[in-house]
Amino acid sequence: MVRIPIIILAFYVSILNAFSQKVDSAGYHPRKLKFEEVNFVSGYYRQDGNNAAVTGGVGSEKLTDLATTFDIKLSKIDARKRINSYDFEFGIDTYTSASSDKVDPSTISSASSTDQRFYPSLSWSRLNESKGTSIGANASFSSEFDYLSIGAGVNAFKDSKDKSRQVGVRLQTYQDFVTMIYPIELRFRRAAGIEPRDTYSATFSYSQIVNPRLQVLFLLDLAYQKGFLSLPFNRVYFKDNTVDIEKLPRTRFKYPASIRVSYFAGDIVILRGFYRYYQDDWGLTSTTAEIETAIKITPFVSVSPFYRYYTQSAVDYFSPYREHSRSDRYITSDYDLSKFDSHFVGSGIRVISPTGVFGIARFNAIEIRYGHYNRTTGLVSNIVSLNARFK
Amino acid sequence: MRNKMVVVAILVSLATAGCKPVKEYQKMYLNDSEMELSMRKGQKFENNFQLYREGSAGANGGKTGGGCGCN
Repeated sequence: MVRIPIIILAFYVSILNAFSQKVDSAGYHPRKLKFEEVNFVSGYYRQDGNNAAVTGGVGSEKLTDLATTFDIKLSKIDARKRINSYDFEFGIDTYTSASSDKVDPSTISSASSTDQRFYPSLSWSRLNESKGTSIGANASFSSEFDYLSIGAGVNAFKDSKDKSRQVGVRLQTYQDFVTMIYPIELRFRRAAGIEPRDTYSATFSYSQIVNPRLQVLFLLDLAYQKGFLSLPFNRVYFKDNTVDIEKLPRTRFKYPASIRVSYFAGDIVILRGFYRYYQDDWGLTSTTAEIETAIKITPFVSVSPFYRYYTQSAVDYFSPYREHSRSDRYITSDYDLSKFDSHFVGSGIRVISPTGVFGIARFNAIEIRYGHYNRTTGLVSNIVSLNARFK
Repeated sequence: MRNKMVVVAILVSLATAGCKPVKEYQKMYLNDSEMELSMRKGQKFENNFQLYREGSAGANGGKTGGGCGCN
């Protein structure tokens, strides 16, 4: 598990060498591809609970995930003085899941008891500063044992003349493929295969500078999903103790809206607020409220304690273990879709230095965050993450 | 739903009603990296696990779908 970051760091060093700027006595070449920054982000997540969906809403939810991403940002000014930015990202997750071994308890590794997910992506944007416009596109790919996802999107933004407002739109799609892996006792009457799951979303944004210390961002998403939206290895137990797999509708329409606020109070405190309301046509509504307070200990070091509150209603098709009736059309005992509240609390520390963090040239910033999450269903988790930025 | 939309409309009105033009030289605080109106890269995995462990997603700069378990 330690090998992955070392390989990525080695890759980073080779990239730095490739793009390191040398003194050019011949003059300035503005149209040359320019290295902007490299980000190395790594996180370790661990959870435990007793409502695993694989075993019908009972059983261990113990799970660990070690995730690492590495991205490189490059830019180039074209003949019309537009800034083209290119962002290449590669991510890998290694996770273990106690409940996934219950898909087929007789095997050492079933659907994803221990698995890896790879997810490269590429994005491009073109900023025209004279017109105050920006356009962009992205493509992504994600692969794991039983799931494949291909994503693509386009976006466009327009600034007001005084650059105090910006409107934007993003269109995104994911074309996913679910490998049908059923619980071992339910395989005899089902054919294995692959089912599609398609997502189409439109995001509308509006940001506004209110005054020299306050700015806000409004976001509205409209998302439509169709295809196989259940997970084939999730069990549901009925009142008569018979068992079947999860069945959810083949379409879902979601419409979340949010507001994000940043306010610089005094000279050392920044308040960052976030509120979201979410609703979908499965009967789930949720509210999210988050506050983060960044306190600048020095101009380059800040500490950011945060708190997030989340509450959701259950989807119309949820019932706990052995409470579904055979006559129910749609069924799930996945507690991620049940009614609950959750609290997420933690803190981060960030060091930014234009001359190099710890005296290391090009090491521009480092941030370490820790968070503790608990849900009223009993699920508890902890996450620690690290972001190192090199310029 | 209608009440929520009214609340959002009031928030939008309040946020934009008191807006005044801000010159480039007045953007010292706004240009601070802590003032960014987006999730930071260090929050990527926090957003990711919340996407899996909660039934809702979107309108936060993250994904609205796609990926196993992302309902």
